[in-house]
Amino acid sequence: MAEIVRMPKLGFDMQEGLLVRWVKQEGDSVQKGDILAEIETDKATVEVEAHGSGKLYRHLVEADTSVPIGDPIAIVADEGEDVNVDELLGSSGQKEASSSAEAKKEAPEKKEESQTSESVESSSQTGERIKASPLAKKMAEDHQLELADLSGSGPGGRIVKKDIEAALAAEKSKPVEKEVQPEAIQRPTEEKVEALPQAIWQADYQAPKDQSVPMNKLRQAIGRRMVESKQQIPHFYVTSSVNVESLMLLYKQVNGSLPKEQKISVNDYVIKATALTLRSFPAINASIKGDSIVKHGAVHIGVAVAVEGGLLTIVVRDADVKPIRVISDEVKKMAARVRDGKIKPEDVEGSTFSISNLGMFDVENFAAIINPPEAAILAVSSAQQVPVVEDDELKIGWRMKLTLSADHRVTDGVEAAKFMQTLSKHLENPLRLLL
Amino acid sequence: MAKITMRQAISQALWEEMERDPSVFILGEEVGVWGGTYAVTKGFYDHFGEERVRDTPIAEAAIVGAAIGASLTGTRPVAELMTINFAFSAMDHIVNEAAKFHYMFNGQMVLPLVIRTVGGGGRQLGATHSQTPDAIFAHFPGLKVVSPGTPADAKGLLKAAIRSNDPIMFIEHATLYQTRGEVPEGDYIVPIGKSTVQRAGEHVTIVTYSKMLELSLKAAEKLSKEGIEAEIVDLRTLRPLDMEPVIESFKKTNRAVVVEEGWKSYGVGAEIVSRIYEEAFDFVDAPIKRVAQLEVPLPYNRRLEQKALPQVEDIISAVKEVYNG
Repeated sequence: MAEIVRMPKLGFDMQEGLLVRWVKQEGDSVQKGDILAEIETDKATVEVEAHGSGKLYRHLVEADTSVPIGDPIAIVADEGEDVNVDELLGSSGQKEASSSAEAKKEAPEKKEESQTSESVESSSQTGERIKASPLAKKMAEDHQLELADLSGSGPGGRIVKKDIEAALAAEKSKPVEKEVQPEAIQRPTEEKVEALPQAIWQADYQAPKDQSVPMNKLRQAIGRRMVESKQQIPHFYVTSSVNVESLMLLYKQVNGSLPKEQKISVNDYVIKATALTLRSFPAINASIKGDSIVKHGAVHIGVAVAVEGGLLTIVVRDADVKPIRVISDEVKKMAARVRDGKIKPEDVEGSTFSISNLGMFDVENFAAIINPPEAAILAVSSAQQVPVVEDDELKIGWRMKLTLSADHRVTDGVEAAKFMQTLSKHLENPLRLLL
Repeated sequence: MAKITMRQAISQALWEEMERDPSVFILGEEVGVWGGTYAVTKGFYDHFGEERVRDTPIAEAAIVGAAIGASLTGTRPVAELMTINFAFSAMDHIVNEAAKFHYMFNGQMVLPLVIRTVGGGGRQLGATHSQTPDAIFAHFPGLKVVSPGTPADAKGLLKAAIRSNDPIMFIEHATLYQTRGEVPEGDYIVPIGKSTVQRAGEHVTIVTYSKMLELSLKAAEKLSKEGIEAEIVDLRTLRPLDMEPVIESFKKTNRAVVVEEGWKSYGVGAEIVSRIYEEAFDFVDAPIKRVAQLEVPLPYNRRLEQKALPQVEDIISAVKEVYNG
């Protein structure tokens, strides 16, 4: 029985995925669970698995094509089965897809052309729709201008005719490229200026040239979401300095009894403590949805993990009820998958609160940007030995600074401060976290 | 050229056509002895006699039915309906007979029929006597719908209508009869189904007809003082609709406002805007706006009536919005 393989949805804001590579070629035999293709999403490269066995009957899209989620990408059929592709695609209610498959069969060049023009017209590299009047789109196409490079003066930033005309005029008046070459800037008089101290610089010094590197999907997604967050969410910040003397002691004791692969990090304790605290502060374990505040029943902690060229947030589900060693184990496994670029959708989906930890980098304090649609994020800095005053005496103590960034639409300073107070208590009495 | 009123222009066209062709005759309520509710046929009864200027009972279905019968037997009736609101009483005759006989009977007969009628609001005649249902009639294939905005067009189009072999709704506007304009004397014909540019401009295209042409011209003069030059296309005929001058103008300005007196929903503006999107999508630089009557039965109270009808200021603000949009 022939089956359609579709572009999977791998993130809540994912609208399309780039099919990077076909692992299985047409005609290859396929076992359930085999990797068919690799998809690059906003977040990472993931694999599309076969849900059935047979052979890969046909690729419906070529590699290096962006495909909207849910659209057919391939057909897997029984060995020797003859598939009526149109009927199969048609019967699935994907009229559009079938016609595009047809168009591909009949006129591949034409399809390519329509795809390029589409990308020119209606979407930027970030995948967001660019507003432009039909006339402006047509003019941009005619003059081979990238709409993404232009800013619109119309309502809501719509690019209109006069913006295109301005861009064309600017292009005309642009100086010839030669004039801006470094050779042209070099001043021949420089060697004659003997008064300057010699050792500081050499006249023939050539700094490395600027490099322009296109943003990958991940950087684009981070950029888009962080801009959105900082522009739309009224952040406020509450910082606490937590006494982690007991925690550091416990941390050493516990890890002293465990093999390397099972060691519990400070961050694992912070995750557990935060999750327990959130249980008592449902208003902070929340999201804005339209005009409502959704107080989440479950506590799913997102943990920011650095990857090459960006970061991702992995999700520890129900962290408030999981023992620390389970949390620790999950974080290790997910982080490994993330670094290999082989995450599963559930690894990065559904967090209700996030933690960003820079403690391993000797950081005094920092504030994080809220990960929308969440209401708050906790920035965890290094546990440091500092002078402290206890019982009117100067002593050496362990302190760790935590900064909560919270959405003022959802919560207020007093509640955030109380949250920090409770969180501090949990961390200052870390034995409770183990019970 | 003589500057005469719209009333005189229409009267002139009728008179000249009746003189020219003995098969042309008039029928309607009060068209004879009284000289017409809007005094268009004053003097006709005495000059042409009761055979050719027939007063009828107050029964629109009978007027249109009789006119259809007469047209089928070789005459050229000009039936007058006192207001277009009364045409609803004759709807079956207009829609199911006049609009369809030629087609349904394999072209065996023609219907050289003109239904002259008066539409529009602004005279405090109340909700049932002030409507602008032009789009309803323009909806039916088989009918032609003409609605002039200037005295010259009124004369030229009415003469063309009387000479046409098709059934035509000739919709005059109740508040335009006093409007003066230069009208060529004698045999002056304006072809049916031709839109025309009434004012040249480069920034925004205003598409309109009938009474709203007058308002649009006033709006354009005021806009001109602020540096916005509107080009005004007068449709003149709603069916068959001539989009060519509209599209041509739009390709130049890339922005448009459609001004109609009737209600916006399912109206003339809806049709024009769709056509522009269909025929000139790549030339659209801003969303096209419609100016139309508020979606209420037209109030009797003078202030409320004026409030509900499109005003010059409404056109100005719509044009500015589109110009800046």
